[in-house]
Amino acid sequence: MIERTPILDFATHALLIFSLVALLIPLWIVFVAASHDFHTVNQVPMPLWPGGHLFENLSAAWERGNFDRVMLNSLIVAGGVTIGKISISAISAFSIVYFNYRLRMVFFWLIFITLMLPLEVRIVPTYAVAADALRPFQSMLDFVGISVNLPEWNLLNSYSGLILPLIATATGTFLYRQFFLTVPDELTEAAKMDGAGPVRFFFEVLLPLSRTNMAALATIMFVWSWNQYLWPLLVVTDHQNYATATMQLQKVVPGPLFGEPPVWNIAMAANLIVLAPPVLVTILLQRWFVRGLIQTDK
Amino acid sequence: MEKRATFSNLWLAAAFIAPQMLLIFVFFYWPSGEALYWAVTLEPPFGGSNDWVGLLNFQTVFADPKYWSSVRISLAFAGIATALSLVIAVILALFVDRRLPGHQVYKFTFFLPYALAAPAVGLAFRFIFSPDAGFVSAINRVFPDIWNPALDGYDAFALIVFAQSWKMVGYNFIFFLAALQSIPRSVIEACAMDGAGVMRRMRDVQLPLIAPTLFFLIVINITDSFVDSFGIVDITTGGGPARATDLMVYKIYADGFQGKDYSLAAAQSIVLMLLVIALTVIQFRYVERRIHYS
Repeated sequence: MIERTPILDFATHALLIFSLVALLIPLWIVFVAASHDFHTVNQVPMPLWPGGHLFENLSAAWERGNFDRVMLNSLIVAGGVTIGKISISAISAFSIVYFNYRLRMVFFWLIFITLMLPLEVRIVPTYAVAADALRPFQSMLDFVGISVNLPEWNLLNSYSGLILPLIATATGTFLYRQFFLTVPDELTEAAKMDGAGPVRFFFEVLLPLSRTNMAALATIMFVWSWNQYLWPLLVVTDHQNYATATMQLQKVVPGPLFGEPPVWNIAMAANLIVLAPPVLVTILLQRWFVRGLIQTDK
Repeated sequence: MEKRATFSNLWLAAAFIAPQMLLIFVFFYWPSGEALYWAVTLEPPFGGSNDWVGLLNFQTVFADPKYWSSVRISLAFAGIATALSLVIAVILALFVDRRLPGHQVYKFTFFLPYALAAPAVGLAFRFIFSPDAGFVSAINRVFPDIWNPALDGYDAFALIVFAQSWKMVGYNFIFFLAALQSIPRSVIEACAMDGAGVMRRMRDVQLPLIAPTLFFLIVINITDSFVDSFGIVDITTGGGPARATDLMVYKIYADGFQGKDYSLAAAQSIVLMLLVIALTVIQFRYVERRIHYS
């Protein structure tokens, strides 16, 4: 816009730069605190310039939080949720949009309703189901009077327990459905005329067209599942083998409870380790992340 | 909306939808139903199947002043954190949308806080606002004991509000900016031709035009503050001091998993579910409208 507003321009720059500093200062403080030794970090006021102990703190935190194992776990969980979500919601949206059967609207609404209740508000019963995932079927069998004993399938302390309940929401399906509806009918007709069946059409026409949507969904899902906290906290009791990265934050909080010294530098180093992957993903894949955010929440 | 060209292989259709339906049945519908069942039954002390008790659990919950204080805190938390982050975000978005030199930088940085896990935000803020180390503690040097979230309920509440709104500012900013950028440039230029200055255009043209986004974000923010705040509360305050930050989700977790009282937790879950459903219904009604009019 060609407009001469020097004072307002100056004010705009000042406001934006101030906000930028204010918004990023918590991250900066985490970084600075992670780079000082125990005494410096507990000074009041703390220095605002990084010290030289970053790597030693990082490796101490890495050791303490068992991060060799938990980073791997978080990667498996986030990767599993991302891949599971992308594939399952793609095929279910395909079924709802491209097949003509009576139940499809019922299915659509059944999936749609799951948008309403996030995992956190139905956490107690979901936990009970995770303790034996076949119990719903067992109860149904009991109810209709068939006495078949299904084996118990305990999902606690397992990757499937960490992953499956996080996939059971509608976000992805909805995104794909909206996109499939915009794909022109002529493409389908052309593919059918050329003799392509539904599977071939799905893999060779529809999926290549959905690439951008898949990238956006994948970015969001990775960050979202990496950042899950309450669910892993409940499902995992075997902390040695199945703890995820975010759970470890609870262990490094310096509390007055155990008479421990407040090792904030180690805590902040651990925080840095945990927040690095999602922050890197959002920075590197920023385009997809923003796109995914705006699309999935509509 | 229907597709003109569809396939008719029903087995394939069923196979494609089956995994999703199975997952949401086992992990969504069954648990939600079970929450209802638990909410109206009680487990007998010596085992056996649950007894029907009607609305007794709800009465117990509603008769508990601790529950009402938790509801009050949650609502105050939702209201204040939402208002704070929305106001900051909309101001930032309006000024970034002026597209002065360098505005791209802000687009790349303002949303960063949203990428952080709630407990990571919690841990950072716990340190920054800790009374005897970190950043804010300097104020205690000047005015002794003025800030202590470990002892003072209001301080602790302010702490979780700051953390939540900091996290949400970036998210809201993205949506506001997207909405502002979808306003045709010609509209803004026409206003400028008519002599409306920058501030006048913001107040009388841009803000009213992004009102639908504002409404949408209010709903999303409130839902998020009910749901995702668990991580923040658990790391920073643990619901304390003296239950000053005992949000509803946190109380459900504490009653259900630490207190092992599934029936009480289930009744509280149902109330929270109804709240969240009500919010979502409002949101979808509004989304419908936007689809019609745009």
